[in-house]
Amino acid sequence: MRSMKTPFLILMLITATAATAFAVGRTLMSVQVRTGHVRSTPSFLGKVVGSLAYGDRVATYERQGPWSQVDLPGSGSKGWMHVSALTKKRIVINPDAADVERAASGSELALAGKGFNNEVEKKYRAKHTDVDYAWVDRMEKMVVSPKNIKRFVQDGGLTPQGGAQ
Amino acid sequence: MKNLDRRCFLVLAGRIGIVGGVAPAVSLVLSGCTTMEKFAVKAAETSHKAGFLSEAGVAAVKRDARAVSRTFEDITPEQEYYIGRAVSANILTRFKPWNNKQATRYVNVLGQTLAQASDMPETYGGYHFLILDSETINAFAAPGGFVFVTRGMLQCCTHEDAAAAVLAHEIGHVQHKHGLQSIKKSRITSALTLVALVGASAVAGEQMGQLSSAFEGSIFDTTTALINKGYSRSFEREADQSAVTILRRVGYSTGGLMDMLAVMQERLKPGGPDFAKTHPSPASRMSDLKKSGVGAGSVQAPKKRQARFVRALGKV
Repeated sequence: MRSMKTPFLILMLITATAATAFAVGRTLMSVQVRTGHVRSTPSFLGKVVGSLAYGDRVATYERQGPWSQVDLPGSGSKGWMHVSALTKKRIVINPDAADVERAASGSELALAGKGFNNEVEKKYRAKHTDVDYAWVDRMEKMVVSPKNIKRFVQDGGLTPQGGAQ
Repeated sequence: MKNLDRRCFLVLAGRIGIVGGVAPAVSLVLSGCTTMEKFAVKAAETSHKAGFLSEAGVAAVKRDARAVSRTFEDITPEQEYYIGRAVSANILTRFKPWNNKQATRYVNVLGQTLAQASDMPETYGGYHFLILDSETINAFAAPGGFVFVTRGMLQCCTHEDAAAAVLAHEIGHVQHKHGLQSIKKSRITSALTLVALVGASAVAGEQMGQLSSAFEGSIFDTTTALINKGYSRSFEREADQSAVTILRRVGYSTGGLMDMLAVMQERLKPGGPDFAKTHPSPASRMSDLKKSGVGAGSVQAPKKRQARFVRALGKV
């Protein structure tokens, strides 16, 4: 009887250890910015190899400085995201009443589009007609591509520090 | 007890009050909302075990306790973005932009390069930079990454490393969320609590009015801090330290920051309506930087770097 139990216990132990290791090595996080860049290396110099959208859930693995290794969607490979783009909370894009109740009772949920949002901005603009958003909208259209940044660094004779920054 | 503490107390005492005698005990240990949150939850759980409070009651206490302990750190990047847009619109109501395509493009490429090397390269809507058509020496960083710098400020820069220092300092303010920290805590509590406790998918009617009011107040607090009051010396020191880190990471000389501060020291008029009014003196900032090991150094920018700087900002 004892001999039958021993392999079973060993198997249970291995399973538990493997499950713990998996849980420790892999954490699900959410993208908390509109477009989160995924880079080839854990550095701001790393090539941008993909992007994730607001609210996307992503598996994260090891950390190097402020960079988390993540699954690169649709490629089967991995990349690196800066922690400022990620949150441990699950972001609910279209929250219902139950989500709101859960968010109020715990700290594991964040509700997209709640609180200060487009609706609140509309009310504010309607009340403050002298406040001009035209240039704010124009500012947001001023986009600089990763290629432009790379060329700017090279042309300026800049030698950035390496490593996980 | 401050207004907010009193409010926190009333909300939670109301929940726990049904167990009788607990509320006075709560008041004895009140030293802040965080302490109160822990105490209230513990008291509710104890009351539940003793049979005085239902499970639903415990859940309600936990929910309320968490809601009243919210701070600026609980503002999501998405909400920070909307605050930043409104603060920016207010800045642009007082200052006209300098509509120069080449210069605007240059500060955006420079600024976004620096932002990528900061400790907060990713914000909800990204970083954006604009030159303001004003001879006064000033710069503003609205929450979420909207950065404004006057022509007068850029005139204090004799090379790209100095212009980089100005933008890196403002990125430092964004990174440390200094703008959000100027919002009265009661407004943040009011807005976030409302959203958390409404329990419905849409905020409407009176609640929408309260939310709009909290938003309006938050914009007022932040804009007043940026334009009229300025930040504390410790916030400025924090932004300068972040600027030094960013400059080093990208490969700029920290001497650029010292050069810019030296020119600003010469040009600022004491009591003037600009940087002098809202910032610590450049001399004190240089002194703080020297204490932290940042030397003046000399900036030896390559010809190509200096040429593009002059090409873009030569007419500023």
